[in-house]
Amino acid sequence: MSKTELLESLTLSDISLDSLKVRPKLSLRGRISRSLVEELSRAKKEPPWMLKLRLRSLELFEKLPTPNWLVGVEELDLEELTHYIQLGYERASSWDELPEDIRKVYERLGLPDIEKRALAGLSAQFESENIYLAFKKFLEEQGVILMDMSEAVAKYPDLVQKYFMRVFPPSDHKFAALHGALWSGGVFLYVPPNVRVEAPIEAFFFIASELESQMEHTIVVADEGSFVHFIEGCSAPLFKRYSFHNGMVEIYAHRNSHVKFTTVQNWSKNLVNFNNKRALVEEGAVVEWAEGSIGSKISYVYPSAILKGRNARVSIANITVAKGPVWKDGGAKVYHLAPNTQSEVISKSISSNGGVSVYRGLIKVARGAKNSTASVKCDSLIMDKESKAFTYPKNEVEEEEAYVVHEATTGRISEDILYYLETRGFKEQEARRLIVLGYVGDILGKLPFEYQMVFRKVLELEFEEIGGYA
Amino acid sequence: MENTGLKIEKLTVSVASRKVLKDVSLDVSKGEVVALIGPNGSGKTSLAFTVMGHPNYKVENGRILLHGEDITSLKPHERAYKGIFLVFQSPPDIGGLPVGMFLQEMTAKRGIEASINDISNALLEVGLSDHYLSRNLYEGFSGGEKKRLEFAQALLFKPQILILDELDSGLDIEGVRLLTGKTRELAGSGVGVLYISHNIAALRLLRPNRVVVMMNGGVVAEDGLEILDIIEEKGYQGLV
Repeated sequence: MSKTELLESLTLSDISLDSLKVRPKLSLRGRISRSLVEELSRAKKEPPWMLKLRLRSLELFEKLPTPNWLVGVEELDLEELTHYIQLGYERASSWDELPEDIRKVYERLGLPDIEKRALAGLSAQFESENIYLAFKKFLEEQGVILMDMSEAVAKYPDLVQKYFMRVFPPSDHKFAALHGALWSGGVFLYVPPNVRVEAPIEAFFFIASELESQMEHTIVVADEGSFVHFIEGCSAPLFKRYSFHNGMVEIYAHRNSHVKFTTVQNWSKNLVNFNNKRALVEEGAVVEWAEGSIGSKISYVYPSAILKGRNARVSIANITVAKGPVWKDGGAKVYHLAPNTQSEVISKSISSNGGVSVYRGLIKVARGAKNSTASVKCDSLIMDKESKAFTYPKNEVEEEEAYVVHEATTGRISEDILYYLETRGFKEQEARRLIVLGYVGDILGKLPFEYQMVFRKVLELEFEEIGGYA
Repeated sequence: MENTGLKIEKLTVSVASRKVLKDVSLDVSKGEVVALIGPNGSGKTSLAFTVMGHPNYKVENGRILLHGEDITSLKPHERAYKGIFLVFQSPPDIGGLPVGMFLQEMTAKRGIEASINDISNALLEVGLSDHYLSRNLYEGFSGGEKKRLEFAQALLFKPQILILDELDSGLDIEGVRLLTGKTRELAGSGVGVLYISHNIAALRLLRPNRVVVMMNGGVVAEDGLEILDIIEEKGYQGLV
């Protein structure tokens, strides 16, 4: 694949509902009101408990203040957005069943190919609903549930109700409440006790309209002793106006289970991205968050974990690329609530061409969480004089017998390293590319191989054209 | 172009307006080993950096010729393409960059097809096992390990002119024996070598064809191995 083709496939600049000649069956836009929420719930044929949750969330949204530290969201006018777009297609379980134009979008993104080669299951959300969902029969026979969230609400109400917005309640903040009121799409994944899903399951989210808000809700439940790796991918074409993403992921890692959750975020450069991610980790369970954040104009994402049981463990690894006039605000939050819990946070950001990256993190160790350890390492690489990086770490340690370390570095590309690499035959831009790849190398290694390759390619394209250095 | 080696003609160089080299002339012919010695701050590393095109070293006068071609204004990577390789005295750590990946990319840039097997063999030649392939470049390496890996790079790079800046510092005696022997082998295959050192014992093992002495940014003496006896006995001042 040539560089141009690769860029095209990653940006999909010519894709929109208009160009695809798709007329939505239903669009809900404008003021966020009780009647809009009721109409959304009615369109999705939801049970009363879900409508009740939505309306309670709406009340909270109206009451809660906008966080005063949000930067760069002045443009965000919720009243001008389309909050729900239903295309009217039946959800497909094979690519042939999809309309040809839409299937071609996914073929350009390489999803059918990756599904065939590497995945145990895949869902694809286009606008507000999943239009494709398939997973391996043998997993279904083992009791694994992978289902569109609305379908799960209807089919497994007790199971879904037990988890839906429990670890991330609508009362958490204004945009969590907004999500609770207007969520649509996303998947529900349940892995029964002691079942190991070796190949990853992926959910892919695509936004094809400007001034659209997409708020999918994903729940991963790993029952005792189980293992699963979930990948989410995001993409959107570049529109004249912005779009808004306000998704949510909840992970419930029951006793001795292991969940890996990987995000490859490649939204277009005019998308405002909020993502709410939290895991509840029980005794002996392990959760690994890994996030590669390439796209979007404004981004606020802080994967978090509540280590509730003894020996619970979390690792959170983020790579953030802030290139051009963008603000990338990311980090991690970990709550150590039980003894012998462990957390490791590694965050690496690259700021270039005027980009701003911010690390914001919280480590809280509650009294009684004896022998817990927390390690935070956040590094910022600044590629030029126009770019910036800020770090706001916060540690709240109430337990004396706990060990918390924090290490932060901010640096520019070293002239010595550039010269060294040039003496090895690399041109300056090639040397920069190697330095950037090296800088993110330890986190890149945490991504599945297929995604390492995608991420590497994107980084190479992003950084081979950067000019002089400070 | 005929391989006539490296010729440095009347080179005067400054760094941030301070003269670090004054009217330096020096030749390294094909297959020749030239030792460059001198006290600290005499300009040996400055000469190596200038030959390799360091942007901070401004050539005010003179020129550098490789096989008769003037390369004075070429960029470092262009000099590398032409076949000059510098083993650094203190190579930098490049966090997160695995040695194997780096060596593969470097040889590819040089137009050499080197398999992981070829790369492992180059490491073995300098006494490093292949577990170094997965380590990040120079992170946590000892001084001796750095020098061995620098030399392995030189073996893979197949240069025509090899500049070794204090290869022997930080190396144990076995390492000095091994790498001075390898240096001799390279010279035997036609590589011109400029060997910068303070280590008289290493130089006696190496047995260079000529010894050039620098002091205060200029060349003050040039002779055979016997010059080492004077330095051992009287120090560098004995040459003045």
